[in-house]
Amino acid sequence: MASTIRCDIVSAEEEIFHGDAQMIIATGEMGELGIAPRHAPLITRLKPGQVRVLLENGEEQFFYVSGGILEVQPSVVTVLTDTAIRAKDLDESAARKAKEEAERALANRSDAIEMAQAQAQLAQAMAQLQALEKLRRSLKH
Amino acid sequence: MAGAREIRTKIKSVNNTRKVTRALEMVSASKIRKAQDLMKASRPYARMMRQVIGHLAHANPEYKHPFLVERESIKRVGYVIISTDRGLCGGLNTNLFRKLVGEMRAWQDQGVEVDLVCIGQKAAQFFRRLKVNLVGTVTHLGEKPQIAELIGVIKVMLDAYTAGRIDRLQLAYSDFVNTMTQRATVDQLLPLPPSSDLDSPHAWDYLYEPNAETVLEHVLTRYIESLVYQAVLENLASEHAARMVAMKAASDNATKAIDSLTLVYNKARQAAITQEISEIVGGAAAV
Repeated sequence: MASTIRCDIVSAEEEIFHGDAQMIIATGEMGELGIAPRHAPLITRLKPGQVRVLLENGEEQFFYVSGGILEVQPSVVTVLTDTAIRAKDLDESAARKAKEEAERALANRSDAIEMAQAQAQLAQAMAQLQALEKLRRSLKH
Repeated sequence: MAGAREIRTKIKSVNNTRKVTRALEMVSASKIRKAQDLMKASRPYARMMRQVIGHLAHANPEYKHPFLVERESIKRVGYVIISTDRGLCGGLNTNLFRKLVGEMRAWQDQGVEVDLVCIGQKAAQFFRRLKVNLVGTVTHLGEKPQIAELIGVIKVMLDAYTAGRIDRLQLAYSDFVNTMTQRATVDQLLPLPPSSDLDSPHAWDYLYEPNAETVLEHVLTRYIESLVYQAVLENLASEHAARMVAMKAASDNATKAIDSLTLVYNKARQAAITQEISEIVGGAAAV
């Protein structure tokens, strides 16, 4: 079985593909890569694009990856894909958004929603107390 | 019979409450399964990541990435806190927060400041009341959290770590042990604690494209993200488990309350009938 290589494609959210392949073709950061069995150990980042897996029976499977890492070991190829579309400025803006969210949360400490929540809870407690009071009175006589 | 009617109304209202808690219990029970499936699905990625990092660390021991190096003095600590968005899940969040408040106080006593990132509404609400530095928040991840939504908050912390603003990063979440048990857990994210997986013996080196540093940096960042993502999933499973248990207890209590109210109601009814009879008998005797 020297003519196939095990291939795992996984993302953080799920396992995408798992099986034996004749060849794996992916877009690495430095260019197109075709991994055949007995390829030298290699690790590279992937560009967004297709990963093609040539199966044992000659069938081809396509996977779209939005970046990730390709790792080649003597007996196994692992593709760790990103699920999200990643770019430096996109990441930056996500980070900024998280910060703004925190600032917004800090700015309105006496949040209207929180106030409403507390009031609703208070009203509920009062109603319960009244009900209990009534019950107690009705039990006395 | 005025008292009897009030009791009847009360019984009806408790009954309605029980319907709601039953429904919530059922919903949570089914959601636990889904959350566990998600947890399982995310495991291979983290496992592969660990292997890759292990190989990398083994292949070039001379290069130490800042994420792997323990810093000598700690001046500021970062926390990534994962909580639920909604309540009605027993003491799940409270247990975690209590543990955290204790830890933070310990840090502050040592003169170490604390930075926080909150994932989930409850943590955001709780920690903004405390005197801590909240640097990032993300809420409402829903039933199927996606890693894309977490990138922002994680990057805030990773940047802070790289820039030296924080010297350690901790991850706090409720670990799903089983349906009955959820453990408030605080793990160290950065510097990455050395694990047995990190030095598996392998006798080859990779070809790196473009070079070892960039690849390692990339892998480590993704690894941290996947750890946080997994913790979010653990927390989600814990939330549903805790809610199911809490709602079951609430339903049982409602049943008990209904039973005792029914007893009171029957007594009141009997008392009224007895009184009526004795009044009639008394009236008849008087005639």
